[in-house]
Amino acid sequence: MSIEARGITKTFGTFTALQDVSLHVPTGELVALLGPSGSGKTTLLRIIAGLEIPDAGAVLFDGEDATGRNVRDRRVGFVFQHYALFRHMTVFDNVAFGLRVRPRPVRPSRQGIRDRVMDLLKLVQLDWLSDRYPTQLSGGQRQRVALARALAVEPRVLLLDEPFGALDARVRQELRRWLRRLHDDLHITGVFVTHDQEEALEVADRVVVMNHGRAVQVGTPEEVYHHPASPFVYHFLGKVNLFHGRVEDGQVFVGEIAMGLPGDAAPDAAEAKVYVRPHHFDIDRKPNGRGHFRARVVHINPAGPQVKVEVLTEWGEMAHVDLPEERYRTLGLGKGDEVYVSLKEERVFIET
Amino acid sequence: MKKHSVLPGFGLTMGFTLLYLGLLVLIPLSMAFLKASSLSWDQFWHIVTAPRVLASYRLSFGASFAAALINAGFGLLVAWVLVRYSFPGRAIVDGLVDLPFALPTAVGGLALTATYAPTGWIGAKLAAVGIKAAYSPLGVVIALTFIGLPFVVRTVQPVLVDLEREVEEAAATLGANRLQTFRQIILPAVFPSVLTGFALAFARALGEYGSVVFISGNMPMRTEIVPLLIMTKLDQFDYAGATAIAVVMLVISFGLLFAINILQWLNARRLSAA
Repeated sequence: MSIEARGITKTFGTFTALQDVSLHVPTGELVALLGPSGSGKTTLLRIIAGLEIPDAGAVLFDGEDATGRNVRDRRVGFVFQHYALFRHMTVFDNVAFGLRVRPRPVRPSRQGIRDRVMDLLKLVQLDWLSDRYPTQLSGGQRQRVALARALAVEPRVLLLDEPFGALDARVRQELRRWLRRLHDDLHITGVFVTHDQEEALEVADRVVVMNHGRAVQVGTPEEVYHHPASPFVYHFLGKVNLFHGRVEDGQVFVGEIAMGLPGDAAPDAAEAKVYVRPHHFDIDRKPNGRGHFRARVVHINPAGPQVKVEVLTEWGEMAHVDLPEERYRTLGLGKGDEVYVSLKEERVFIET
Repeated sequence: MKKHSVLPGFGLTMGFTLLYLGLLVLIPLSMAFLKASSLSWDQFWHIVTAPRVLASYRLSFGASFAAALINAGFGLLVAWVLVRYSFPGRAIVDGLVDLPFALPTAVGGLALTATYAPTGWIGAKLAAVGIKAAYSPLGVVIALTFIGLPFVVRTVQPVLVDLEREVEEAAATLGANRLQTFRQIILPAVFPSVLTGFALAFARALGEYGSVVFISGNMPMRTEIVPLLIMTKLDQFDYAGATAIAVVMLVISFGLLFAINILQWLNARRLSAA
């Protein structure tokens, strides 16, 4: 089922959580709402679920207006950040809850409920824990129970609020891939909220980047990562170095490096913000004819797939450089070395 | 037995605990047994099964039970309102709940009697429809409800605060209606604390004297509570008789509280069993 949000606005007292946000999720797609805390992403998710009423705007399921429809009748599966499991019920009873509260005519038989619950617990690989209580489970297991419980009512949409936020890094990685596979198997329309860009880029078909109650960019993970629409998106998606440049003769200068201007010409002496990802730098011992600036190596961290080098630029700013290990060995870098840094790729935003 | 701990002083604090319990609870209570044992078994049995005494047992336990039950329901409601909604004057309402704790119970008794007597403001209206509030067992229940009110509210309140809203929202997204959510999600979560509050209110009501003697009218066989009978016996210098009744009261109270504690323990074990 497709989801559409049209011009959603929501305020809490004087705080504007969402401002005229529109969103379209085609059937079967998994979309991530990505943003810092307070960006309105959870509020948007809760409005889609019907847990929150928007001040203005409409929510449509399959083109049909569902704004005024009660949560109970929306048939959404909602997975809460802190699981929200029923502590006094076993895992089995938790998952069965949604089926047991159905009115008698549409309630499955006792055996029907049992089969469906056990199938779902097998799906989340927890059938062996069906008679435990939630307090006896680990965080990752609880989250899987919460997911099975949400899926039990055969929801038309699956909504997940920071589903892996409370888990440690390793479990998170695992569950993330598992969720992606599950989505590919079930083909259910899904929206999940996260503040972790890596999670959004890895799991989602499309990413909606949110900031200050607005959707600032919508696109595939590739689009938003490689073509950020604004300095905010650039900042938010991955590590980035920021340099302040100056416009002269239709070019932007950072140190001795001249760069082309994005779009139209800017007036001389305009401020320019130059963003460079750490792996878009190169380091040389000698000037190599390309544009470069001088810098001194301050710190080296060789643990990891990329060697992280911190340098102090000639104008006194710190820059983070990621070098392939091979390159690092060839250069034989050491702390305190004077080096020449060049740029393989950068992104310039003119301040207006 | 002795475990290493970063906090020293187990011996000291345990010693004080035992000393306090001994001086304040165990020794005085065993004196009651000792005093009662000056009676022969036949005398003891004769005193504690006298019709007037049996009637007072029925009233004391019956009215206390009814009052605690009313408080369990009503206290849950009050706690719910205080936790879930913010409204002007909430702090004042919250403070009012504790008033029965702070007030000398005799003052409470006088106030209730003035209100519920046939000439009183509410009592007159009740009398008009044929209900006698003060000077009847109903009056006893009213007084005991009054003094027991804070217990359930104060035990349920923190549990309700801790009850995540998300749990109710989860129930709603799964299609549960409000009644189902209340009965299957909220009630089981707060039930242990309601039970605790019930037990406390019940225990408090059993021992209440001050407020009840004003409103009950103290008619033999009808509105005499056990503590009043004990007082009456003491007034007649019948110490042995008074303690005999007291001992029976003590044993039954202990038994009831013990049963409630076992219920609590079973409930807690079910939720946290490994």
